[in-house]
This record gives sequence, structure tokens and C-alpha cells, in this order.
Amino acid sequence: MLLYILKRLLYMVPTLFGMSLVSFLIIQLPPGDFLTSLTSAIADSGQSLDQASIDRLTALYGLDQPFYVQYWNWISNIIFRGDFGWSFDWGQPVSRLLWDRMGVTIFVSALSLVLIWALAIPIGIYSAVRRYSIGDYVFTFLGFVGLAVPTFILALGLMYVSFTWFGLNVGGLFSPEYEQAPWSLAKLLDLLQHLWIPVVVIAISSTAALIRVMRANLSDELSKPYVVTARAKGLSEFTLIMRYPVRLALNPFVSTIGWVLPSLISGVTITAIVLNLPMAGPLLLRALVSQDMYLAGAFILIMSVLTLIGMLLSDILLAVLDPRVRYQR
Amino acid sequence: MSGVVSDEELSLPPPIIARAGSSAATASQWRLMAWRFSRHKLAVVSLVVVVLLYLTGIFAEFLAPYSPETTRPQYTYAPPQGINLFAPTADGGWAFNFHASGYDITVDTEAMRRSFTANPDKLIPLGLFVEGQPYRLFGLIDANIHLIGATDPKEVVYLFGSDRLGRDVLSRLIHGTRISMSIGLVGVVISLVLGVFFGGISGYYGGWLDSVIQRLIEVISAMPTIPLWMGLAAAIPLTWGPIEVYFTVTAIVSLLGWTSLAREVRGRFFSLRNEDFVTAARLDGAGEMRIIFRQMLPSMTSHILAMVTLAVPAMIIAETSLSFLGVGLKPPVVSWGVMLQDAQNLRAITSAPWLLFWPSLFVMIAVLSFNFLGDGLRDAADPYDN
Repeated sequence: MLLYILKRLLYMVPTLFGMSLVSFLIIQLPPGDFLTSLTSAIADSGQSLDQASIDRLTALYGLDQPFYVQYWNWISNIIFRGDFGWSFDWGQPVSRLLWDRMGVTIFVSALSLVLIWALAIPIGIYSAVRRYSIGDYVFTFLGFVGLAVPTFILALGLMYVSFTWFGLNVGGLFSPEYEQAPWSLAKLLDLLQHLWIPVVVIAISSTAALIRVMRANLSDELSKPYVVTARAKGLSEFTLIMRYPVRLALNPFVSTIGWVLPSLISGVTITAIVLNLPMAGPLLLRALVSQDMYLAGAFILIMSVLTLIGMLLSDILLAVLDPRVRYQR
Repeated sequence: MSGVVSDEELSLPPPIIARAGSSAATASQWRLMAWRFSRHKLAVVSLVVVVLLYLTGIFAEFLAPYSPETTRPQYTYAPPQGINLFAPTADGGWAFNFHASGYDITVDTEAMRRSFTANPDKLIPLGLFVEGQPYRLFGLIDANIHLIGATDPKEVVYLFGSDRLGRDVLSRLIHGTRISMSIGLVGVVISLVLGVFFGGISGYYGGWLDSVIQRLIEVISAMPTIPLWMGLAAAIPLTWGPIEVYFTVTAIVSLLGWTSLAREVRGRFFSLRNEDFVTAARLDGAGEMRIIFRQMLPSMTSHILAMVTLAVPAMIIAETSLSFLGVGLKPPVVSWGVMLQDAQNLRAITSAPWLLFWPSLFVMIAVLSFNFLGDGLRDAADPYDN
């Protein structure tokens, strides 16, 4: 088992390297560098930056260096000092802005993941056991809708519905009166009232996909001879299904977390922008639009790394559940 | 978000038996596919819808009542007008009268807002093939006939409502169909080329080349797509023209599709590599390129077709999302995503819900049709597999 985890960790290294390279590429991609935007910003305010200071800054940030040197400076600062660079838009170190937002993002993503599982597993089981029943068709239909509607449209739609029908304004994470208030039960309730919409919105499309996976997996298992045997033995239907086929059907299900995570993070990003939540999404968008590239690059890197860690966890979980995976080459 | 419908719930009952006049035993591969496909009702309907959407894109100028850029400040946020076929007559009966219901406009000078109140007495007669704004179809044919519109050229109708500049939502939707649907198509071609190329050499040669390409695919598919797309799209210089932006956005969007396609092609190549007909071609002295392109690729065309169809919806959603966020296509280009930019905040969507509703509906229809169509094709791709 330990060997397996070690091997998986080793496999992550090239992927991590690739991801950091892609993130750095995004930082470098816009024409010009931050000095160009800095000089133009200073020129806008009526002053000018003399050539000597430009040269000094260029040397300071290593902007005259070739690509790989700049990349090395950037990544070594992150790895060895936890320093993600400087946000020019905010006038703060990136790391200070990053963790606050990422904390909320991870929290909401985790909640969504729990909701996805809590919904997808029972509904998937129901759909597989009662195939072609009314309920199955209803869930199938809802599943298609969940897959066909882009996350942001769903968020806008729910926002519209909750406002026109229930008179709730659901933007943000807190109502204005609780924004600055210290933590209390009332504030927690207010948070939950705001939180359910993003969590549901983010969860829906992945839930729809996972219901299909669960239904297909379980359907395959249900027709196998051991199920017939167990039934012939006189096992009650519920115990029978829960004890054997569901456990087997869950195995491939676990490995699907791997591809749920990237879409989950995508969903979180865009939902947070639509609903104006204090999460990574709006800050990333703003950073990209204002070409605050170190901040944007840090967000993209951290999100990718988190996805990768999630995939690692799901692989380990799968290995725990299914011994065959461990002994594969 | 692709690969949506698992095959089994849409799968078809028992095998195709010979039809009248032709025999399954002698029918060609494509014939068998067509038979199998035609039994998949939902997929056939979806095919029709997809074709209709593309026709809408092609004949946008003719189908749209107005140009998408015509602004009318006196009609900002005009609500949709219902289409009616009958109208009450003076003697209390009903008679055929193709019209749109009219409204009265009152200007609230204090709130600086126009309000539209329905006026049942006011009927705006509609007609088919009416004369209207001149346009140039395919950039060649000058014309001024529009499929639907008010018979009186002085009247203005907003069948789907108008936006904040008084532009017709229906016309913009029809013109947006052209951009949004073609992005899916062009994007898929790009990812097809990338996917077949990388998947092909990866699966055919194997070894270290395969490992490198697989790692590359792993990196790309493990990165959360929306942040990655945003990052790439934000790098598009503001000075670029609409056409450059269009192709760049398409290229960015196709980044997602090629990885899954490459995986599929690689898997197929692995299994085909040792088939007898490939060995035979090799023994015949056929060159590698010839083996890949003349022998192996044609034998997986149907699968690739299905994969490609299933990749389109993700691209449509991607374009819509990016444009909605303001980092994809930008006005004056009209796409569904650009239209949804107008529905970005609560105030806009509560005062003019049609700005959200219609583009969303079109996105959903397009995405669902492509999914069902792709599933039908995937099932049909294997005529021998029941």
C-alpha cells in the first residue's frame, strides 16, 4: 500500500511540473509585462518613470532574463519561501490575498462534493433498481437538464427564481447587516441561507453525471449470477442490494472523483463570479482583466494543484477499497 | 461534460434484421450505421434540430426580422409581444388575423424609465416574407425580404423582446446562432486534427513518445477548465479585430476536446496495431503514413465521428461561459454568450427576464441535441455490436 502511494506521489511530479509551466505561461502570455502596465499607469497619473528606474526594476524582477530563468525565479520562490510574487493591482503580496479566498473556495467545493455524493449514490441506486420506472425517467430527465445547462445560467436562473418568488437577494455570502458582525448563531444561519444556492448550483451538473455512472455500474452488477444466488437464498432485497452489488458498483464510482474535481473547481469559479461570492473566482477574473498576472497565475496554479491532490486522494481511496488496484503494475 | 448519456438506457432492442428489398448481409458499413441510427428516435430528432440550427445560422439575415445592430432608443427593454393567429371581430366572433399584440408606452420622467402596458385593442399585423431592412445574403445577393415581420414597415415588433439599446432579441439570437454554432464546428475540427495527430502517433509508436504525450494530456485534463480558459482568453490583446478574436477563442475552446479524442484514437490504434489487415499492409511494403491514414484511420471513422459530435456541446458551453464573463467574444460580435452578458446582474434579469431566457434556451437545445445525436452515432458506429 505504502509502495503504491509512493509510486502515485512520484507520478505526480512531472504533472505538477507541467501544471506550473502552464500557469507560468499564462502569466507570460499577455503582450508586455507588468512594467509596461506600471509605466502606463504612472504616465496616466501625469508623472513619468525615468529610464534608470525602469532599468532598475527590470533587473530587480529579472524581466530581462530568458524565460527559463524567470520561471525558475518564480517557482523557486513559491516552493522554498511560499512567496507567490506581488499583486500590482492590490499592492499586496499575492500569498496574503490567496489563502483567504482559497479557504472559502475549498470549503464550498467540499460541501458541494458531499452533496453530490449524498444525492448521486441513492438516486443512482434507485434508478438502477427501478429501471424504466416513472422515478427513473424523472431523474434521467433532470439529469439531462443538469448536464445541458451551463453552471452560470443555472446560477442566474436560481437567483431570478429566489428573488421573484421568495423575495430573497442571494448575492454574496452574508446579508449586509451580518457582513462585519462577529460570529453568532444568527450569522451562521444567514450564511447557510446564502450558501445553499452556490452549493446546489455547483453540485448539479456533476451529480447528474455521477447518477448516470452509478446507474450504469449497478445495472451491470444486478444481472450477475451472484445476485440471483443471493436472492435464491432468500436474502431480503434491501440487504441483498446494499451488501453486494452496491459495494461493487461503488468502486469505479470512487475513481470518478478524479474527473469530477476539475469540473467542480470550474463550476465554483464561475458560480462565484455570478453570485459575487468572496471566493477565488471573482478575484481571478479581476486579476486577469487588469493583467495582475502573478495573482492570476497563483490562483490557476493553486487550483490545479488542489485538483491533483484531490485526484491523489481518490486514487488512494480506490486502492483501499479495491486490492486489485494496489497490485497492478 | 460530454459523454453524457450512457448507452444502455437508450440502447436499442435486438439486432437489425434484413429489411424489405435489401439484406443486412450485403449492406455496406455505412448502410448498417444508417439503419441502426434511424431506429434511435431521439437521435434522429436531434439530428433534425442540429441541421435546423445550422440552417438558421446560414440564413440568419433572411430569418431575422431586423439587423442585430439596429438600435431604437425609444424601445429599450420592450417586453416580448405574443404572436396570435386569430383576433376578435367587431361582431363578436373570431377571424383569422396574423398579428402581434401591441402595447402603449408611457415614459416615467421621474424614474427615467419606459413602461410598456399591453393594449388588447392594438394589433400589429404580421406577415411572412415581408419587405424590410435591406441585407446582403452570403455577401453576394442583395435582398430585403424577411421571413417574418410587421406588414407595415413603419411598425416595430419585438417577438422575443428587446435589450437595453432597443435591439431585437430574436434577430440577435438568430445571428448569434451563426457564431455560437460555428464555434463548436470549427473548434471540433481543430481538436480533431490535434487529437488524431497526437493520439495516432501515441498509439502507433508507443514507447517514450507515448509516455510524453500521455503526461501532456494528463496535465491538460487535470487542470480546471474554466480558470485555464479564462487565463488564456484574457491574454487576447484588446486591439485585435473580431475575426482574430473569434479564431483565438475557438482555438482555446478546442483545447479541451482534443485530449479525450486523442485518448480514444490512441486506444483504437493500440488495438488495431496488431490486426491482420495492418500486418498484411505492412508486409505488402506500405509506408507508415499510408498504413496510418489509408488503413487504420478509415476503420475508426465512425467512432471518431461520434466522439467529435459529443465534443461539440462542451465547446458551445465554453464559448458561452467565456463570452458571458467578458473574456471571450466581445460586442459587436453577436453570440449567445455575448447576449447573456446583458443578463449578468439581478436587476437586469428581474426587469427583463427574456434577456436570460431565450439565449439560455437556445444553448440548452443545442447542447442536448448534440448529446443525443452523439449518443445515437456512438451506438450506430458498431452495427455488429448488440
